[in-house]
Amino acid sequence: MAVETPLKGNIGDSIKRKEDDRFIRGKGNYLDDVNLPGMLHMAINRSPFAHARIKSINTAAAQAVPGVVAVVTGELLAQHKLAWMPTLSGDTQAVLATDKVRFQGQEVACVIANDPYVARDAAALIEVDYDVLQAVVNPQQALKPGAPLIRDEKEGQKDNHIYHWEAGDKAKTDEAFSKADRVVKLDTFYPRCHPSPLETCGIVADVNPATGHATLWMTSQAPHAHRTLFAIVAGLPEQNIRIISPDIGGGFGNKVPIYPGYVVATAASLLIGKPVKWVEDRSENLISTGFARDYYMSGELALRNDGRMLGLRVKMLSDNGAFYADAQPTKFRAGLFHIVTGSYDLPAAHVETDGAYTNKAPGGVAYRCSFRVTEASYLIERLVESAALEMKMDPTEIRLKNFIQPEQFPYMSATGFEYDSGNYPKAMQVALDKLGYKELRKEQAEKRKKGELMGIGVASFTEVVGAGPGKHYDIAGLRMFDSAELRVHPTGKAILKLGVKSQGQGHETTFAQIVTEELGIPAADIEVQEGDTDNTPYGLGTYASRSTPVGGAATAMVSRKLRDKAKIIAAHLLEASAADIEFDHGKFFVRGSPSKSKTIQDVAFAAYTNLPDGLEAGLEGVTYYDPPNMTYPFGTYLVVVDIDRGTGQVKVRRMVAVDDCGVRINPMVVEGQIHGGLTEGFGIAFMELITFDEEGNCIGSNFTDYLLPTSWETPKFEMGETVTPSPHHPIGAKGVGESATVGSPAAYVNAVIDAVGHLGIRNIDMPVTSDKVWAALNEKGAAE
Amino acid sequence: MSVGQLITVTVNGEEKSAEVEPRLLLVHFLREKLRLTGTHIGCDTTHCGACTVLVDGTPVKSCTMLAVQADGQQVTTVEGLMTGGALHPIQAAFKEEHGLQCGFCTPGMMLTSVALLKENQDPTDDDIRWALSGNICRCTGYMNIVKAVKTAAVQMKAAAAVPAETAAVRS
Repeated sequence: MAVETPLKGNIGDSIKRKEDDRFIRGKGNYLDDVNLPGMLHMAINRSPFAHARIKSINTAAAQAVPGVVAVVTGELLAQHKLAWMPTLSGDTQAVLATDKVRFQGQEVACVIANDPYVARDAAALIEVDYDVLQAVVNPQQALKPGAPLIRDEKEGQKDNHIYHWEAGDKAKTDEAFSKADRVVKLDTFYPRCHPSPLETCGIVADVNPATGHATLWMTSQAPHAHRTLFAIVAGLPEQNIRIISPDIGGGFGNKVPIYPGYVVATAASLLIGKPVKWVEDRSENLISTGFARDYYMSGELALRNDGRMLGLRVKMLSDNGAFYADAQPTKFRAGLFHIVTGSYDLPAAHVETDGAYTNKAPGGVAYRCSFRVTEASYLIERLVESAALEMKMDPTEIRLKNFIQPEQFPYMSATGFEYDSGNYPKAMQVALDKLGYKELRKEQAEKRKKGELMGIGVASFTEVVGAGPGKHYDIAGLRMFDSAELRVHPTGKAILKLGVKSQGQGHETTFAQIVTEELGIPAADIEVQEGDTDNTPYGLGTYASRSTPVGGAATAMVSRKLRDKAKIIAAHLLEASAADIEFDHGKFFVRGSPSKSKTIQDVAFAAYTNLPDGLEAGLEGVTYYDPPNMTYPFGTYLVVVDIDRGTGQVKVRRMVAVDDCGVRINPMVVEGQIHGGLTEGFGIAFMELITFDEEGNCIGSNFTDYLLPTSWETPKFEMGETVTPSPHHPIGAKGVGESATVGSPAAYVNAVIDAVGHLGIRNIDMPVTSDKVWAALNEKGAAE
Repeated sequence: MSVGQLITVTVNGEEKSAEVEPRLLLVHFLREKLRLTGTHIGCDTTHCGACTVLVDGTPVKSCTMLAVQADGQQVTTVEGLMTGGALHPIQAAFKEEHGLQCGFCTPGMMLTSVALLKENQDPTDDDIRWALSGNICRCTGYMNIVKAVKTAAVQMKAAAAVPAETAAVRS
């Protein structure tokens, strides 16, 4: 058997993941695995109504249950000024309802007991007397004159309107439309769905009554930011708060916000003096924590007869639920939705967005997406499909005609984004070749003659990830930089501490690889730590595909900082001048004499044992990286579907995904991220839906109703890549965690529309279920 | 608190006796009473499979079985997959093929796979996808999980071909 040289873990090496060793043994440490001596358990009583005034709450029966330690109501929290808390978007949210309930599933009261079963028993015994009010279940209804006022507690709030926000140039766009040969319009609804990580949210709050120190184990994608917000909300001194985000069983944006359960459990631990655990069940997760999307979008594309795009006009209305609890940068009320010009050289664009309160769960988090980029990408790619259909152009031809060309980068978009790099025609070509596009078009034509429905969907997405720069982007005022601290020990082993926090992305492996590339220390010798605010430098956390663009850049820069110091030490060891020292793959040598060298391990040992005069001991550093720009990953996804005219069932025959995320640190991990995103995109396109009846009852409150893709229906994916490095990122990487969720829903839906467009069907809103497809076919007399 | 009922369950080869509430779920018995936290809870409604364990060799979603129903039976959890210090081939294959990301579904996925491979030593992609269709993964998109099960099948067949006393895996 041939002996393989083990990979050191440089950039580009698909080394196996370090974190797997504990997970495959069942030795991960997730939130619910944290158990402390004397720990109590919390359960939440939730509103059965979407909109109701609370007349009274009777907790006597609950309190009488043996084992119950306390019952917490909004009234009690109000005495401590904790009945309301700020959201990440500058609104307020009820921790426990005091006046009204504003969505079904809202937190009303909590029971703290010595056993989780007892806590639940008692929570069910809390008697709440409600005066039911009319529910408002969509933003159109919410904005009608005379609609019930949902946020009547907010001073100055006279209606259910939250915000109006615009981007781009209206006059220029109007002018473009006035000159257009034709205008193509698409109204589409991106329905409410939910990130649904397999692990729900939870906390173990341990406030030490003697010291006042609060140790909070939390399912947090952003532990440092959460610590600061806890300090502000709860009035605790920040140095006394330690947030530990342990292993996280998936996040996808669901674990970015701070939830009422976290606050109540912390307050209860503070008041009772014992640790308190709260872990949601699945229904609680689906009905009350951060949902995604719920965007009504209307797009218009101004075109010349030859297919050249002249302008884009978008109006969007978002359903934000009862509290505006998106996590958006302050200046961007609809996140980065104005990336809606996508991959196209659009001379003019104008975006108008409005948000409305409804009697639905708050949220609007990005479900594996960078601040509303998914909705934007979906709209433009669907709109281009409509244009191709109406103009009888091939969907690849209209895209090729309008792509931003490689030589146009850096490219300033009509809505104000500076795209860093890209080669869109190339990515599309790789995808078309891989699929065998022309042959499939021939097959489609043959099938169509026989009355069979086959479609080929195209999406050429561009997303924007990696926020900051801090001067433009913040969360609750905190600038969106990120950090890395690197300590190289005397034996040449290292520990890397990060401000970001993995939820399965593989940081313990891939971030070590960046250090390996920059310093030559094998990845196996580098321990990566995240998630403990006492032991890692401040950072904004992991979401919006920002870990590699920002935290990865910080890691490269701190490695380089240490390398500069290492050169001084190497010069001392080699009796040369630091200016003459060169570094290559872990070795330092005098320029021109690579045979006589010192390893990074030699230098690390000398940093603690044999230093030149005047140099500080140690080989450690920290870098806070504020990116000069965001990064712009892109790609082309192609989907082939066959549709059964008798049932409307859509079968995804093939899915080709060509991604360009710049330099790939660990190709195995990158592909894994894309597989996952394509699957979630598949679920969103065909299965996942949280909807409400007219009384505001949530339909989609468990996995019987909220359908997630399983191994059986999930398609097999065919992968391809191009590499266009980011010019401003230290290692040229762009971030890839979300590309596939952003890009793929439009590809799937475009494939369906491509199959039925000739029948006059222009749109079927997601999820594209068999019954909807059949109904659309039936309307055109094409169903069997 | 209800009156307890004494049960004896053989968990990962060790006999465990405890007095439990009749309503206690098997998953809570394993996690809370025995502190075997490798078995996870994802949905409470038998859909996601994060809590899958083997009861007398059959995959069971332990969030929908009472601990008292497991009385007198053999339960295998992820903590029981290793033999001595050696990983089960399914564990090694999940790592090798990048069949996991956040790791939360992984124990259930591996146990369902182990049961499949006992019945079917040479499964096709469709065999695997069907067998695992009661276990939801939100991260990997299943492709690498399917690959991992195939890799494990190959390893297990190769190991079964060598004499029993040198075999690194248990039958």
